[in-house]
Amino acid sequence: MAIVSPGFSGRRRSSDVQLPPGQYLTEDFPVLTAGPTPRVPTDRWELTISTEAGRKHVWSWQDLTGLPAEKITTDIHCVTKWSKLGTRWKGVSLDVLLEEVETAADFALVQSYGGYTTNLPLEDLLDGQAWIAYRYDDDDITPEHGGPARLLVPHLYFWKSAKWVRGIQLLLEDEPGFWETAGYHDYGDPWREQRYQGD
Amino acid sequence: MARAAVSGRLTWRVASVAENRAITASARSLVFDVPGWPGHLPGQHVDVRLTAEDGYSVQRSYSIASAANGDRVELAVQRVADGEVSPYLCDVLNAGDQVELRGPVGGWFVWRATDPAPVLLVAGGSGIAPLMAMIRSRAEQGSRVPFRLVYSVRTPQDVYFADELRQRAREDAGLDVHLVYTREAPEGAPAPKRIGVATLNTHGWPPDFTPNCFVCGPTGFVEAVADILVALGHDPRRVRTERFG
Repeated sequence: MAIVSPGFSGRRRSSDVQLPPGQYLTEDFPVLTAGPTPRVPTDRWELTISTEAGRKHVWSWQDLTGLPAEKITTDIHCVTKWSKLGTRWKGVSLDVLLEEVETAADFALVQSYGGYTTNLPLEDLLDGQAWIAYRYDDDDITPEHGGPARLLVPHLYFWKSAKWVRGIQLLLEDEPGFWETAGYHDYGDPWREQRYQGD
Repeated sequence: MARAAVSGRLTWRVASVAENRAITASARSLVFDVPGWPGHLPGQHVDVRLTAEDGYSVQRSYSIASAANGDRVELAVQRVADGEVSPYLCDVLNAGDQVELRGPVGGWFVWRATDPAPVLLVAGGSGIAPLMAMIRSRAEQGSRVPFRLVYSVRTPQDVYFADELRQRAREDAGLDVHLVYTREAPEGAPAPKRIGVATLNTHGWPPDFTPNCFVCGPTGFVEAVADILVALGHDPRRVRTERFG
């Protein structure tokens, strides 16, 4: 049973705003990063998808931005409890990138410039659920928010939306990433409040 | 749920306020008794949950400011004027009152006493909390790892744990404390300024000492300090950061 805090009433939001449990609304765009912000010029930027068989598919910045892109408007949820509604992005669907990739893998380990990693089931990257985003709010994505390009997987806690994305390694077995090895949940569904290992 | 029950770590626990005292005009130290607390590493945080009588509840994360000490956990809470949780924690909670608390959480922004590398701590404002836990743990464990703290505050009145830091700077061998005032400096101190390359060059460690750097504070502050450390030649992988909003 929850302990009731005497005299605490909280600040309720209008009922038409549906937030995952334990989340509060923010109008800002907080920055959360484990280390210094990498700055990657687009002429050196590259995205590599490698398969379990060791096959590599590589896109340059020009390749990526030449692909059909989508505009995405979506809510995002950070495990540190803030949620931000109606964020606007532009990017290439992972469906487009994975179309030419032959794989039997069930898992993906996403890798970033700067060394960050995060894992997720491959199926969570498919079917219009994930993008390599390179625009935010009609502008380039700033370095502190993961520019020049970041993964966008809005249906999971935002630590899965790796900033400064550099590669996706397709794997037959799940391999926990940076925060997942530091006690955070392997999957991270905000609606099931999967914050930490064991949730 | 089964895994949480097995590890016993991340269940919500009832925490009773043992003490609620002012640290500065806008921040308070809250000490909780948390029966069954499993202990923590300095730098880890907890989730605090408040529940209203009708079941509405909110959660926030706070860094732990204390070294591991039995069932006691200290948080340093800055009052955010329009905040939903911090004014309640600061101004309403009294000794004996209860909240729920879960943790410890976080395995990256932590200092381990077994690591012999020198440590640079850089704090901005309330960002001192997890770094204070490291300073206190170092003393608690009798560690001789050399520590340097560079602490940026607006005015002398904004220094958290001012008396304790003064005393530790005198008594904890191998701990250096350097304060940087951004708005108003005390008599005899250099004029107000922000932390710059020269500050971290003089009061930090040379990169070839391969120190562990922990930087905690508001986003703009952390971005600036981390950029300077990298520019000075520190390995980005040894610069750990925690940002407050």
